[in-house]
Amino acid sequence: MKINLLRILVFVFAVFTLSIFLLSLNKVKVYDTQNLVGKNISSFELKSLDNEATINEESLKKNKYTLINFWASWCFPCRAEHKYLIKIKKNSKNLKILGINFKDKEKDAKKFLKEFQNPYYFLAKDYDGKTSINFGIYGIPESILIDENLMIIKKFIGPINNEDFNVIMKLTE
Amino acid sequence: MFKFFFIYFYILLSLQSFSFAENKKLENEIYKNLRCLVCQGQSVADSNSDFAQTLKLVVKDKIKEGKSKKEIYDFLTKKYGEWIVYKPKFNRYNFLLWFLPYLTIVFGGIVIFILLKKRKNQRTN
Repeated sequence: MKINLLRILVFVFAVFTLSIFLLSLNKVKVYDTQNLVGKNISSFELKSLDNEATINEESLKKNKYTLINFWASWCFPCRAEHKYLIKIKKNSKNLKILGINFKDKEKDAKKFLKEFQNPYYFLAKDYDGKTSINFGIYGIPESILIDENLMIIKKFIGPINNEDFNVIMKLTE
Repeated sequence: MFKFFFIYFYILLSLQSFSFAENKKLENEIYKNLRCLVCQGQSVADSNSDFAQTLKLVVKDKIKEGKSKKEIYDFLTKKYGEWIVYKPKFNRYNFLLWFLPYLTIVFGGIVIFILLKKRKNQRTN
């Protein structure tokens, strides 16, 4: 009787442990930072790429919506999303795009914008990338849509595409 | 007078190098516990990716600002979630992760003890 009870206990424990492993392994978990949606952006201050002007979170309160776009001239997907940023600039009345040039060379960034047009109302530089950590960025391109209260409405991880363009237009209309 | 200055500078230099070594130790400890989010199974300490390099700069700055290990982890988990740290905080979602290994050891010990006792009894009989 004792040995049977022991066998049952071992069996139950093994099934329990295996079920946990199976459940965990079958759980698809693609990492992203969507948990930041609904929270406010942290304070920051960045210098302009063009002159000595600076920008901080307070100045973003003047815009109804701001799309903060992290990009670099060396980033290939940034080229793919650029046409959609231009499209957003042309079509949106309530939204302004803040460009944050990430770990780039000034000369290359300016050349990139000359070639593909400039969709940004302010172009800031983050040459050591430290400000990007404040925004929860882990790769570029990434874009953060915020409202006038500095609350994150949506995060776009990866290049913005036509579907994202439609979402942005709908959210900011 | 010269002796006094020599001793003063010697103490100052020793204190500075001690604090530098302590900061370096803390930096490495933190880097090892941070997951490189864009790498395949690498910690920030092992990675040379852009993300890891940037994170190292941020951690270095935070230590210089006098932030504690806990404050740095809190800041990063607020931005990137629990996934960024290899050693997650104990909470109701991961209590099994913390307790299951101990539970297995205890349970295994009990099973072995009962089996050995049973074998011993059989031999005596």
